[in-house]
Amino acid sequence: MQIEPSSQISKAVPSEPRVDLDQVKSIIQKYQALPGAMLPVLHAIQDALGYVPSSAVPLIAEQLNLSRAEVHGVISFYHHFRQQPAGRHVVQLCRAEACQAVGADALAAHAKAALGCDFHGTSSDGQFTLEPVYCLGQCACGPSMLIDDDLHARVSSDKFNRLVRAKRGVA
Amino acid sequence: MSITIYVPRDSTALALGANEVAAAIVAEAAKRGQEITLVRNGSRGMFWLEPLVEVATAAGRVGYGPVEPEDVAGLFDADFMAGGQHPLALGLVDEIPYLKKQERLTFARVGITDPVSLDDYLAHEGYQGLQKALAMQSADIVQEVLDSGLRGRGGAAFPTGIKWKTVLGAQSAQKYIVCNADEGDSGTFSDRMIMEDDPFVLIEGMTIAALAVGATRGYIYVRSEYPHAIAALDQAIVTANSCNYLGENILGSGRAFHLEVRKGAGAYICGEETALLESLEGKRGVVRAKPPLPAIEGLFGKPTVINNVISLASVPIILARGAAFYKNYGMGRSLGTLPMQLAGNIRHGGLVEKAFGVTLRELLFDFGGGTASGKPIRAVQVGGPLGPYLPASLFDTKLDYEAFAAVGGMLGHGGIVVFDDSVDMAKQARYAMEFCAVESCGKCTPCRIGSTRGVEVIDKIVAGADTRSQQIHLLRDLCDTMVNGSLCAMGSMTPLPVLSALDHFPEDFTGGALDKAA
Ligand SMILES: Cc1cc2nc3c(=O)[nH]c(=O)nc-3n(C[C@H](O)[C@H](O)[C@H](O)COP(=O)(O)O)c2cc1C
Ligand code: SF4
Ligand code: FES
Repeated sequence: MQIEPSSQISKAVPSEPRVDLDQVKSIIQKYQALPGAMLPVLHAIQDALGYVPSSAVPLIAEQLNLSRAEVHGVISFYHHFRQQPAGRHVVQLCRAEACQAVGADALAAHAKAALGCDFHGTSSDGQFTLEPVYCLGQCACGPSMLIDDDLHARVSSDKFNRLVRAKRGVA
Repeated sequence: MSITIYVPRDSTALALGANEVAAAIVAEAAKRGQEITLVRNGSRGMFWLEPLVEVATAAGRVGYGPVEPEDVAGLFDADFMAGGQHPLALGLVDEIPYLKKQERLTFARVGITDPVSLDDYLAHEGYQGLQKALAMQSADIVQEVLDSGLRGRGGAAFPTGIKWKTVLGAQSAQKYIVCNADEGDSGTFSDRMIMEDDPFVLIEGMTIAALAVGATRGYIYVRSEYPHAIAALDQAIVTANSCNYLGENILGSGRAFHLEVRKGAGAYICGEETALLESLEGKRGVVRAKPPLPAIEGLFGKPTVINNVISLASVPIILARGAAFYKNYGMGRSLGTLPMQLAGNIRHGGLVEKAFGVTLRELLFDFGGGTASGKPIRAVQVGGPLGPYLPASLFDTKLDYEAFAAVGGMLGHGGIVVFDDSVDMAKQARYAMEFCAVESCGKCTPCRIGSTRGVEVIDKIVAGADTRSQQIHLLRDLCDTMVNGSLCAMGSMTPLPVLSALDHFPEDFTGGALDKAA
């Protein structure tokens, strides 16, 4: 199967939407007084916009009295934070040991083929971004996966197809 | 008369359709004009039976499971509200051997109560530990925890009382209690279950810790992969604040404790305590060199108790029933109980809280019922991604920190991941290195670079017969460097799963059947 380099994958994503910087500013203001405000600020921005846009970095740096490099360093350190918008739905597949023991690798191969993208990639229709996750705490009933906020256990290839189809239906 | 029906809200039950089942029960009851009270309880931890629906009857709570929405009408037809017979009927839930054979202290309420109901919590021995603690001197609370023998359940097994004593002795206007709820190990979910299914017990444990060391502020650092846990904790904290179990003046005692949930961001290393503190401070989760210990210079440079969820959640019962009661469970220097988690390829996966001293074999077969696939168990990884793979010859090892260490194992957070005979141990060894490469904080070269080299070397071992013994030698050398040159357990313990795979399952490193025959 063809695996695209990640730089090309981001191009398959709809172009970066215009960011409402006033909204970003008000989010920062809401949390900046918290001790150790950085993670709460980044979470709130990603929850609101779906990712942390590069244009937010100087604003965060200024408000939290840090350098841009420090802010960028934090964003890039954590797997959870996204620097580009994702597809309409995010599919997270558990790749950790307990799920491996019950077929997570086969499910991952199926998911990549079904969505036509690798991990960290987005399906060509922009509908689904596929991401790896290391344990969702459902290890007694693997393989497990998350689509947007919905958790699923004992996911077979058939169940995967059904869930993805259902998301397509409502999308 | 309204009958009480329980449908779990634990996230594994939800992942298996509990919300749909609950909705179907409500709809069916309405259709039949039957009055019911639906309680969303936690999970009993018997996940192969989830969604497990329970009905309160005169004889006790009877169970039906695993229930699918399509089963609901049939359950009503079978008069399940009176405990009627049905193919999914399980009888009295408390009598199911898996549950009955356990010793549930920390998990006493889990699966029984509505997790976010303070009334339910109070009706089931909740906050009795705090009431006792409020009448005690700080040093006496610390002594009680010391006497209980409680050791950290997060992995390192350091005595909790000693940690608290150091923080109590530290002079500072501000001290903190931090709960490590990062639970990143594969095969572990006991922290998640406490947070989702009995959040008040964690809040109570942290409040007692605060009284014990003189802290007024606390944080629960929960991994972002656990949104249901975060929601349950947030809800319970709001209730605890409004009923004065948290806040400025706890139960009129004049003592203050403010508690907040902070969400992690998907970095395994943030479970390491100093990396977690860095993360809480808003930085990259890079490990700090020790000393200073967090107990002296922790969060924002202040004395800090940092404990695992289970450690803190075990404190209320220790205070409520006394150190001697708790200490009576267990063996050797491993006292009390350990909530163990059966995961992976296992028929009856779930949570088993037992006193230390149970053997791995009892857990795997008596509780777990062997593999889900029906094939023989070949390897078991205990203690998360940094734990070694154990072969069947070690299944009689007793779960006890020292006994496990003696056979080169580790208990860690009590996660037990089972693999059947289809497992490829070279692949598992490779994965351990790969995981270290993905999750390393990057501070030390042996961990950051060594893990990447480790993946390459394992690939060469599997691929090339002529250089194999040379490459194996190289791999052992590399592991040696990682063990000796890494600052924290991420780099220094990744060699455990790798070398255990190589030592116990050498036949998997020969690149397939051709070599096996030779
Ligand atoms: C790489 C690494 C990951 C860790 N992950 C966790 C974790 O997820 N949860 C946890 O409680 N402890 C974890 N620990 C152990 C903590 O550093 C620390 O020992 C523990 O939080 C102390 O609490 P306790 O004394 O109550 O066990 C980890 C350690 C290392 C080296
Ligand atoms: S061993 Fe690895 S994770 Fe630990 S401090 Fe060093 S680089 Fe960071
Ligand atoms: S290992 Fe997949 S959910 Fe834990």
